[in-house]
Amino acid sequence: MQTRELKEMLTTTVLPPLLGVAFLIGLWGLLAQTSEALPGPLKTWHSAVELFSDPFYRHGPNDQGIGWNILNSLQRVATGFGLAALIGIPLGFMIGRFRFLDKMTSPLISLLKPVSPLAWLPIGLLVFKAANPAAIWVIFISSIWPMIINTAMGVRQLPQDYMNVAKVLKLSEWKIFTHILFPATLPYMLTGVRLAIGTAWLVIVAAEMLTGGVGIGFWVWDEWNNLNVEHIIIAIFVVGIVGLLLEQLLVWLAKRFSY
Amino acid sequence: MKRYVQVENARMVFNTRQGEFVALRDIELNIERGEFVSLIGHSGCGKSTLLNLIAGLLLPSSGNLFCAGREIAGPGPDRAVVFQNHSLLPWMTCFENIHLGVERVFGATEDKAKLRQRTLDALALVHLSHAEKKYPHEISGGMKQRVGIARALAMQPKVLLMDEPFGALDALTRAHLQDELMKIVAETRSTVVMVTHDVDEAVLLSDRIVMMTNGPAATIGEILDVDLPRPRNRLALANDAHYHQLRGAVLEFLYQKHAHKEAA
Ligand SMILES: Nc1ncnc2c1ncn2[C@@H]1O[C@H](COP(=O)(O)OP(=O)(O)O)[C@@H](O)[C@H]1O
Ligand SMILES: [Mg+2]
Repeated sequence: MQTRELKEMLTTTVLPPLLGVAFLIGLWGLLAQTSEALPGPLKTWHSAVELFSDPFYRHGPNDQGIGWNILNSLQRVATGFGLAALIGIPLGFMIGRFRFLDKMTSPLISLLKPVSPLAWLPIGLLVFKAANPAAIWVIFISSIWPMIINTAMGVRQLPQDYMNVAKVLKLSEWKIFTHILFPATLPYMLTGVRLAIGTAWLVIVAAEMLTGGVGIGFWVWDEWNNLNVEHIIIAIFVVGIVGLLLEQLLVWLAKRFSY
Repeated sequence: MKRYVQVENARMVFNTRQGEFVALRDIELNIERGEFVSLIGHSGCGKSTLLNLIAGLLLPSSGNLFCAGREIAGPGPDRAVVFQNHSLLPWMTCFENIHLGVERVFGATEDKAKLRQRTLDALALVHLSHAEKKYPHEISGGMKQRVGIARALAMQPKVLLMDEPFGALDALTRAHLQDELMKIVAETRSTVVMVTHDVDEAVLLSDRIVMMTNGPAATIGEILDVDLPRPRNRLALANDAHYHQLRGAVLEFLYQKHAHKEAA
């Protein structure tokens, strides 16, 4: 009985993703055979082992370990993202609660939301006159929309029943916020945050390619200039894995706060 | 006290996309203190609307409503509502859901221990002391509805308003809760207005049954006095000729005099 369950688990949950990864690596290996420029999986693996054996070295401002690069990118994302949450979430609450504000901001949001995040970079460079704040600005502007929109949606979809309870109890505005509005909106808010972190992590790599400095995006660019293709492939995996981890973290958070 | 709850010539008009919709007209109703009144009528006739007017969740387009001599200008904890779908806050335990109302009503005058005791007493009243720390999604529909009733009663309202409180429950649970409600109301001498579409429920529980005509522009068709002695027992009533006579009167009103148009 137990072995059968184990077998079933292996074939239904462990095997398929493993097969998928094996397929990717096989395809990659085949392609590498036919192309001179593309390094194969094994070569890349050795390179990665070497790279991660010393992730936190520092040889001057432009040559630092992969660990520093990842941490620097994460820090930029955290700053831009944090600022976006600080402004976007309260704004979302107000837009959801007050019709007037909703009508006032909705054309602006519709206009600005589809703008490619990188289009904001020159504005950032112009205003801040420095690369690092400009990169943070791009993160900020690209992650604020999902937070505003989802928070406002959560407030708007608040069941009338809950508001009726608040009215019958004659709760104060503060109590309504802390006991009803906030907890009812939390799952929506977290969806916004999850979407935002996905975008932010997508955008940081591109932004850093343009702004330079220490970071995973600039590292990719640097390795391209060095023609170190193994490192570029490693970077792709690193970006993917970090993005996946961030997403999983928020999925886990959202699960804890759903009713 | 006669005329504890007073509805004077109330009219309710909703503004809809198709223009004005007259939901209720010429509503005259007086409810005594300690009375149990049911509102019965076909779906969509305006029972909830009338209840919400008494709750103060809606304000009449014209006419006046009073509770204990004061004009009803908005909702308040003196007219506690038990909503059809329990409306417990899912992020709070049963205790916290009840405590929220208790704190609101008695928080200014009583200390924490007393507030806690009131909440526990309310849970005990509906036999749910064991569910104190449970969340709404962890208990059955009948239990949720009992917590909703406990939340309302714990506020010691002047009037208890209930909108089809047992409508979503299975027949056995419903019967059980009706019996419990009868006991609680007898104990607390509450004034109750209850919306229902269940004829047996109305006759079993009420002192008077307010029968409403069909909408649009619904009004009170007849009011039936239910002069069955209390305490009432559903088994004994099953063989009671007067009970069946009263039940027949309500059925006749609903299915003969004011048969639903679509149903006819
Ligand atoms: N907020 C509203 N806006 C427009 N029409 C409404 C509104 N609330 C209720 N109505 C209408 O008023 C009538 C009575 O509704 P309601 O009181 O909910 O009926 P009941 O509770 O008896 O089933 C219905 O026709 C309903 O569509
Ligand atoms: Mg109704």
